[in-house]
Amino acid sequence: MDVRVTNVRKEFDRFPALHDVSLDIHSGELIALLGPSGSGKTTLLRLIAGLEMPTTGRIYFGDTDASEWTVQQRNIGFVFQHYALFRHMTILENVSFGLKVRPRSTRPPANEIRRRAMELLDLVQLSGLEKRYPNQLSGGQRQRVALARALAIEPAVLLLDEPFGALDAQVRRELRKWLREIHDRTGHTTVFVTHDQEEALELSDRLCVMSQGKVEQVGTPDTIYDQPSSPFVFGFIGESSHLPVNLNDGDIRFGSLSLGQAAGPLSAGPARLFFRPHDVDLVDPGTGLNGAIVASRRVGGTRRVELDLGVGQLVEIDVPFDQPFNQSGAISFRPRRWQLFPAAERGI
Amino acid sequence: MGFTLTYFSLIILVPLLALAFRSAGLGPASFWIAASDARVLGALRVSFVTALIAAAVNVVFGTLIAWVLVRYRFPGRRIFDAVIDLPFALPTAVAGIALTAIYAPNGTIGALFAPLGWRIAYTPAGIVIAMIFIGLPFVVRTIQPILEEVSHEVEEASATLGATRFQTITRVLLPSLTPAILTGFALAFARGVGEYGSIIFIAGNIPFVSEIAPLLIYIRLQEFNYVGATVIATVMLLISFALLFAINLIQAWSRRRYGYGN
Repeated sequence: MDVRVTNVRKEFDRFPALHDVSLDIHSGELIALLGPSGSGKTTLLRLIAGLEMPTTGRIYFGDTDASEWTVQQRNIGFVFQHYALFRHMTILENVSFGLKVRPRSTRPPANEIRRRAMELLDLVQLSGLEKRYPNQLSGGQRQRVALARALAIEPAVLLLDEPFGALDAQVRRELRKWLREIHDRTGHTTVFVTHDQEEALELSDRLCVMSQGKVEQVGTPDTIYDQPSSPFVFGFIGESSHLPVNLNDGDIRFGSLSLGQAAGPLSAGPARLFFRPHDVDLVDPGTGLNGAIVASRRVGGTRRVELDLGVGQLVEIDVPFDQPFNQSGAISFRPRRWQLFPAAERGI
Repeated sequence: MGFTLTYFSLIILVPLLALAFRSAGLGPASFWIAASDARVLGALRVSFVTALIAAAVNVVFGTLIAWVLVRYRFPGRRIFDAVIDLPFALPTAVAGIALTAIYAPNGTIGALFAPLGWRIAYTPAGIVIAMIFIGLPFVVRTIQPILEEVSHEVEEASATLGATRFQTITRVLLPSLTPAILTGFALAFARGVGEYGSIIFIAGNIPFVSEIAPLLIYIRLQEFNYVGATVIATVMLLISFALLFAINLIQAWSRRRYGYGN
């Protein structure tokens, strides 16, 4: 089901957690709400769920205004970071709970509830554990129970709040892949909150990057990574460095060195140039940005080098291991791809 | 281990064994006669029935108080929280005298009920009130930590699954509190049965009506009837032991099953 959030503002004790947020969630997509803590991503998720009510603004489920609906009326599946399983119930009872509490008129017969719960346990690969109690399962297993429990009510939207946040790295990666599979198989509209950009980029169809209670950018992982719309997004997603530059008739200058031509609307005055460590070309000394090596460390299959360009301007670039490298030397490079943002704008 | 056992034996086991030996020396027939004396049975009945009622009342209101203390933030909450423990610390005689003063027919609250013909002090109702007073902290302090552990998220999870508030309370919250509630009940009950100081002031101590077993033991001692006192004590000891054993079973069961409890 489509979910539309329009001009939502949320205050807690007069303190605004969300300012005028709008977001269209398309039916069947897997969308990530990504941002640092305090960016309002969890608040937005809880507003969609009906666990919080917006101060102003509306939330639509399909074409219907759902702003005034209670949690129960919204028919959403919610998965909590710390699972929130019912510890006094077996796994099977946990998964059946949503169906068992329905009013008599819409409640399926007992054997049907059981059949459906067992089916879901099979889907989340926990068959055979239905008689266990939650504290007898591992963290990853508990989170899968929580997902099965949320899916049991056939939710209009599936909402996950940092679903892998409490798990260790190995289990995280497995569950991530597995969640994608489940999503592709069941086709639920799914919104999940994360502060892990890698998780968001890998898992989602689209990302909504948030900061300080505002939506910064919404787009596919490729768009977000390759065309960040703000210094914040550029800095938050992936590695990046930036330089203060001066624009003169479209000519980008760092000190006296010309780095290239500005293509965007910015053409004159001070600006900031953002680039990624791997988007650089190493050039002969004197023909590019010259920097003294401050530090270097291994990052995956490459060497990441911190350079001092003088006047305390530090940047990071990637240098392949086959490149001759002198710890105390200097390196010349030119950014290959970059993005310009106005100097005045606040960001990273 | 050795130290613990020695300590345990000196402090707890030896006095209890002495008690058991004393009454065992009596022979089953005379033990039975002493134990089934009408006044003894009456006192035991008064003790256990009133303690049962008081524990039941404490469970209801103790759970509510624990709930409010855990879930709500209000001015004076910390003071309120500290006051809960006062019955632990207050000399029971002080509590008894204070309660009697209030609930006597000419007391602040007793005067409200006197015109209706209801007497609280000097009746079993007074005993129940004294037991409620001294038993309350046991219930609150047993339930409070468990309630703090039951996260708010569990309630929200229940709501997102479509459960009404009532269903969330009856199917999610209360069942997860049940072991703690049972433990609190048993503790308050055991405390009520053993209570002496606060009750004798408010009870009126009328044999067969409002005379409690601990008082009867004291009376027997004053009559130099040590055998009679020992018999009542042994019967109470057996019942108390059964109770506390039940508490331990509940705790072990809840720990095994849910991985928490106390």
